[in-house]
Amino acid sequence: MGIDLPLIWAVIIGFGLMMYVIMDGFDLGIGILFPFIRDRDDRDVMVNTVAPVWDGNETWLVLGGAGLLAAFPLAYSVLLSALYLPLIFMLAGLIWRGVAFEFRFKADEGHRPFWDHAFAWGSIVATFCQGLALGAFINGFRVENGAYAGGVLDFLSPFSVFTGLGLVVAYALLGCTWLILKTEGPLQTRMIALARPITFALLAVIAGVSLWTPLAHEGVAARWFSLPNLLFFLPVPLLVLAAAYGMIKALARGSHGLPFLLALALLFLGYSGLAISLFPNIIPPAVSIWGAAAPVQSLGFALVGALFIIPFILGYTAWSYYVFRGKVRAGDGYH
Amino acid sequence: MFGLTALELARIQFGFTVSFHIIFPAITIGLASYLAVLEAMWLLRKDETYRELYFFWSKVFAVNFAMGVVSGLVMAYQFGTNWSYFSSFAGGVTGPLLAYEVLTAFFLEAGFLGVMLFGWNKVGPGLHFFATVMVAVGTLISATWILASNSWMQTPQGFEIINGRVVPVDWLKVIFNPSFPYRLVHMTLAAYLATALFVAASGAWHLMKGHRTPAIRTMFSMALWMLLFTAPLQILAGDQHGLNTLEHQPAKIAAMEGHWERTPGEAVPLILFGWPDLAAETTRWAVEVPHLGSLILTHSWDGQIPALKDFPPEDRPNSTVIFWTFRIMVGLGMLMLALGALGLLQRLRGKLHDSVLLQRFALVMGPSGLIAILAGWITTEMGRQPYVVYGVMRTADAVSNHSALALSTTLVLFIIMYFFVFGIGVTYMLKLVGKGPGHGGPAEPERADPAADTGRNQRPSRPLSAAPGAVLSIGHGE
Ligand code: HDD
Ligand code: HEM
Ligand code: HEM
Repeated sequence: MGIDLPLIWAVIIGFGLMMYVIMDGFDLGIGILFPFIRDRDDRDVMVNTVAPVWDGNETWLVLGGAGLLAAFPLAYSVLLSALYLPLIFMLAGLIWRGVAFEFRFKADEGHRPFWDHAFAWGSIVATFCQGLALGAFINGFRVENGAYAGGVLDFLSPFSVFTGLGLVVAYALLGCTWLILKTEGPLQTRMIALARPITFALLAVIAGVSLWTPLAHEGVAARWFSLPNLLFFLPVPLLVLAAAYGMIKALARGSHGLPFLLALALLFLGYSGLAISLFPNIIPPAVSIWGAAAPVQSLGFALVGALFIIPFILGYTAWSYYVFRGKVRAGDGYH
Repeated sequence: MFGLTALELARIQFGFTVSFHIIFPAITIGLASYLAVLEAMWLLRKDETYRELYFFWSKVFAVNFAMGVVSGLVMAYQFGTNWSYFSSFAGGVTGPLLAYEVLTAFFLEAGFLGVMLFGWNKVGPGLHFFATVMVAVGTLISATWILASNSWMQTPQGFEIINGRVVPVDWLKVIFNPSFPYRLVHMTLAAYLATALFVAASGAWHLMKGHRTPAIRTMFSMALWMLLFTAPLQILAGDQHGLNTLEHQPAKIAAMEGHWERTPGEAVPLILFGWPDLAAETTRWAVEVPHLGSLILTHSWDGQIPALKDFPPEDRPNSTVIFWTFRIMVGLGMLMLALGALGLLQRLRGKLHDSVLLQRFALVMGPSGLIAILAGWITTEMGRQPYVVYGVMRTADAVSNHSALALSTTLVLFIIMYFFVFGIGVTYMLKLVGKGPGHGGPAEPERADPAADTGRNQRPSRPLSAAPGAVLSIGHGE
């Protein structure tokens, strides 16, 4: 067997999750920013910037789940049992915010504020739970005889709460810079003002995770701080600083598109940093992608489809973004 | 909770969430195809009626779709959260099938949905129609994969068990397992039927209120045509499905029929009504038609079928429940046939839109398609018990190790949330339906030429929800 199927699948799932973080990240971020914006029309504009695309964004999360089940059934079963509560609450959050997209506009006057709250809180809870799950994942799980052996509350730790809050900040920055791109006028000005402090908060989060993880996990420390590795990986933190610096400059210049691109870059870098720390474990600290892989017949069958179809998906997704390009304004068109 | 074990709680939770979920896909599948037909008619005939209907039903579709997506999201994770042993055991088969569903169907639906709902003024008519068709095709592809997966769990083949887990050896056999074609046809027809009944009931309601616009008359008529053809087809498909089940899951058929004892040389009667008593191993108060059971299930006068007592008690499904759910489904199917026939009769007499009897009948039958779907699924799934993968893995060995406390907490959360969120969503849908066609939608036929215009008037309209200010502006119209 020349091809390392589990490795290819790890890359595909990693890619899918990254697409998810980036794409659903900015539309969850819009919900997270709701509490800062009170004006009804502004809120409509915010929601409308993502209404045509949010469903596609969320589908990457479904792909993550299905891909994991297809390629690493053991990881799927252990991770989903171990992360039972955060995932259930994440799903609950996603339900509230998902229906709020439609319900906000169908409710009568009196109930609109309710669905606005549902949208904001749903987004915040879903994001926080994803962050909790991420933190618990980094911390690792107890596995015995191919099944999760820890308790139902093991996911909860100071570190996972920190990553939970951290992810809220990260998505808020994505949402904020997306709105700078897609809106104009006072709303955009407000977002430009918000983006600065959020960028600094995100830097603090990245620094926090980068220090906390190697301190708590010897393996991670050994990977980063042994010699040839350090040189390979050094660009990651340096690029983070450069991107943050560029962000502050771009905001000051009033650039519309650049902040969003830089926010994407920041998230991508943070994501690669984590991948470096954890690879090749799919159930940290002990089970690797090869240990959890599905039978070759399953991996191969699913791979043919994935490689063939994902390019098409990227194509029509890009087309859909292209159709809805440009600024979104309040009060245009029919009512 | 209530002394239920973790296994029972996990099953209730799964059954509860999937039962809510299936309601929305059924309507999504049906409406998506209906919308594609409406748009095609509009493009061909340029008759305003079809455009009006398109916008009307696309608003309802949007609300329904949102609920289908969020309830489906839960399903994709429940396999791992609730059935982790099942996932690590059979994930090699069900995983790739689910992955194909995401890749070929969910992305397709989601990718073109935005253009379909919000792109009327942003792309040309041809491209918009293409988007609608892609969404419709996506829903059907989705049904195909998920039913392949479910059917494999009912009638598994094409695999070996190596090192304690399922290893697929022949994917064609896995996908085209014996019950798959039947289930696919039966479920797709069920979705079309449920939607036709929903549309017919909406039309009937408006006709009864005296709203007799061309749009309302057209949708009522279209729905009854649909019913006329699909109801008999469904009965035929159901009969074939039953024969297939008899071949592969005889215990399920015996339980559906409340058939306990096989007496050599004696024909099987059809029990119309009765009460299968599991403890006493008999069906009490049975009202029987002699020979009819043999006739339907073996297509011969004295044919024999396996009976429940041929199986050890721990391998028998719960006959009391599925005996009745099966009868509910079949009974409703017969009523649907009757409604289709009455529609034809009144149409021939030229009274399609004036018969009060027809309108009343159509109105009460509105939810019957969805009820039949739920009844059918309960029959199928509980009839598979005590196995998750029929004959291969027992449900009791599939469940995750959660405590009853954790499961009760999440179950209560789901129940409260689902009734609240989906209850309100359904209310909004019904309000939209109650408002009738002819309100809202992009300003009249002028479609902006997307190439020529990138400026203001081409912006999406506010509010950019698929049902603009719909309920808000009740009372503005008319
Ligand atoms: C016969 C059809 C059918 C059946 C039996 C099921 N579904 Fe479903 N599902 C659909 C037909 C469908 C659909 C028509 O494709 C939906 C409905 C609304 C929608 O958005 O797509 C959908 C949505 C939907 C979504 C959201 C997709 C998105 O993000 O766009 C997920 C994750 C699932 N489903 C997963 C499941 C699982 C795990 C099931 C098994 C228990 C299941 N569905 C049963
Ligand atoms: C969408 C329509 C469906 C409905 C309404 C439905 C209904 C049900 C119900 C009521 C149960 C509980 C049975 C019991 O506890 O006795 C159940 C169990 C289950 N179903 Fe389905 N089902 C549907 C589709 C599917 C599909 C498509 C799959 C798989 C791909 C599936 C897989 C399962 C599994 C794994 C269980 C849990 C084990 C069990 O209790 O049997 N179901 N379903
Ligand atoms: C009137 C004649 C009908 C007959 C004889 C019939 C027969 C059957 C049988 C035997 C099954 C169980 C198959 C199995 O578990 O292996 C089934 C399941 C089912 N039925 Fe029906 N049915 C009829 C009408 C309907 C109608 C009118 C609907 C809905 C509109 C419907 C929806 C379903 C669904 C959703 C299932 C579960 C999925 C499946 O296994 O296909 N049925 N039907």
